[in-house]
Amino acid sequence: MALLEIRKVSRRFGNLKALDDVSLSIEAGEFFTLLGPSGCGKTTLLRLIAGFDEPDSGEVLLDAQPLAGIPAEKRPVHTVFQSYALFPHMTVAQNVAFPLQMAGKHPEEIGRRLGEVLEMVHLADKAQQFPNELSGGQKQRVALARALINKPRLLLLDEPLAALDAKLREQITSELIALQRDVGITFVFVTHSQQEALAVSHRVAVMNGGRVEQVGAPEQIYGFPRNRFVADFIGTINLLPVEVRVAGGDALRLVANGLGEIVSTPVAEASTGQRGAYAVRPERVRIFSAGDVCELDNHFQGTVNEHLYLGDVTVYKIALDNGAVLEALLANSTSGRTGFLERGAVVGVGWHRSAGVYLRD
Amino acid sequence: MTRGGRLFGLWTAALAVYAFLYLPLAVVVIFSFNDSLLNAEWVGFTTRWYGQLFENTEMLRAAANSLIIALGAATLATVLGSMAGIALQRWQSGFLRALPFLVLAPVAMPEILLGVSLLLFFRQVLDLTLGLVSILVAHITFSIGFVAIIVRVRLAGLDESLFEAARDLGASPWQTFRWVTLPLILPGILAGFLMSFTLSIDDFVITFFVAGVGVTTLPLQIYSMIKVAVSPEVNAVSTLLMALTLTLIALASKLAPDTLRGRA
Ligand SMILES: Nc1ncnc2c1ncn2[C@@H]1O[C@H](COP(=O)(O)OP(=O)(O)OP(=O)(O)O)[C@@H](O)[C@H]1O
Ligand SMILES: [Mg+2]
Repeated sequence: MALLEIRKVSRRFGNLKALDDVSLSIEAGEFFTLLGPSGCGKTTLLRLIAGFDEPDSGEVLLDAQPLAGIPAEKRPVHTVFQSYALFPHMTVAQNVAFPLQMAGKHPEEIGRRLGEVLEMVHLADKAQQFPNELSGGQKQRVALARALINKPRLLLLDEPLAALDAKLREQITSELIALQRDVGITFVFVTHSQQEALAVSHRVAVMNGGRVEQVGAPEQIYGFPRNRFVADFIGTINLLPVEVRVAGGDALRLVANGLGEIVSTPVAEASTGQRGAYAVRPERVRIFSAGDVCELDNHFQGTVNEHLYLGDVTVYKIALDNGAVLEALLANSTSGRTGFLERGAVVGVGWHRSAGVYLRD
Repeated sequence: MTRGGRLFGLWTAALAVYAFLYLPLAVVVIFSFNDSLLNAEWVGFTTRWYGQLFENTEMLRAAANSLIIALGAATLATVLGSMAGIALQRWQSGFLRALPFLVLAPVAMPEILLGVSLLLFFRQVLDLTLGLVSILVAHITFSIGFVAIIVRVRLAGLDESLFEAARDLGASPWQTFRWVTLPLILPGILAGFLMSFTLSIDDFVITFFVAGVGVTTLPLQIYSMIKVAVSPEVNAVSTLLMALTLTLIALASKLAPDTLRGRA
């Protein structure tokens, strides 16, 4: 049985369905991420789990116990707020010790746990400081320490890195991963940055308009998006409009208007004549010289439109014969590369049949 | 106009305003140290009017009454007003939306109206003997609104997620109030107390209506004295009252700067 079960939960605000029939199950010890655009219901879902709000229908279970009617302070669930919500009239030590004080723990135990936790987040020397004397990153660590000190079953983090600059985000992201591994507490992490989600999570739920679009490991979500929204939202992806020619058998045969046949891996929901899109990531597309023989399943000819040098990689935009523009990534470490492909150069592009996915409309 | 000229104009205007506000007060202060029975010309420096003040038993009794009433009214108004302020901030839906208006209305009500209606209420409805108690109740009535406003503004300026965080981290509603809400609004509560105290000790109009015959407060005493003549003694007691009031207001505005300086 999963640690946290969200069953068919809906929440409306007036006419707006902030959550629409959401079901999720989160295992103990998982680093689980809710990813989605602004307003898709991430915070609303966290608030239901924390106990600040109740669902209109459906239920939330923790350790198989329904949480309905249990107030926030009785739930073994703690939250790291986006604004940190540190108590401005308390020192770092008082802030962090707050949950233990409220639980009426023995002063000796409070002192010991406080020392451990402050050590863990590298704030031992800031114990007597007040929150307004701390930097953004330090405040973030205090909020984290405070939420962890009483060992909750579940830690909710609502965009905890949003207020930090890029460099610090990266650093705290790795600290967060290490921390979660060390303390073994289940994390439910909210972000609208797909990069962050892919980097930290064991599993990701992609949300849109109050619904969960797809749940899976980062590489599944990224590599095998289930629909157009997920494909589009996560990273960049080439989408070609296609029609299914042959559905059964060991390969899915698609046809792209003016381009020819594309071979893909079979999917259950495809049927002959159906319309949809074929999605393939830029880094899966190979570029080769126009004359070369290519034994990839899918290969076409195109002209270089432009290139974008990004330091580690170069992005090429290649116009195919049917007018569609395909993005392809070329690592700048690729051996034998001497210069950029010129604009107007005729090249071949190709990819393996398992590189892309077919998405029905 | 040049930049310097504009600045000069601004300064002159500001000075004129302050002069308008404080010159009459300054005259009172100066004449309280004047060694003459008449408020006419400066004769010499003395503190004997202050000395006389402290031998005037009527004056001392009035001062004691004023202090007792101010302390009592401020304390009770602070407790009730803080509760009202918290309630106003917390529940802002349904028929409760009318509440802020009802609590705050006495603040803007003409004092004379409040005085008359309280008098009628005490005499006709409650059949109360006018005296300390009626003054106390009247002062509480007009102070509650001020305290409620100050506390509410203070509360509204706080991040809502602080209270959610407290609950989230295991604090019961009472613990949240005790350890988070109360310490954070305490400056507002203290400012409210000081405001009520000042309002009460200075009040004339309402007190005049509800005091009855037996009990006198400092402002009433001053009034009855100037019916004869503005004696230097009146100047002295006014100066002391002014000093107390200004100190308390300064203290209050330090505690709740957002309410008492401009925006409110
Ligand atoms: N208390 C509320 N009353 C009315 N509407 C609300 C309330 N809370 C949230 N909403 C609406 O519900 C939708 C989902 O809001 P939510 O805060 O869950 O989004 P989010 O995914 O957390 O977005 P963001 O990334 O911007 O934080 C939004 O359209 C929001 O306006
Ligand atoms: Mg949010």
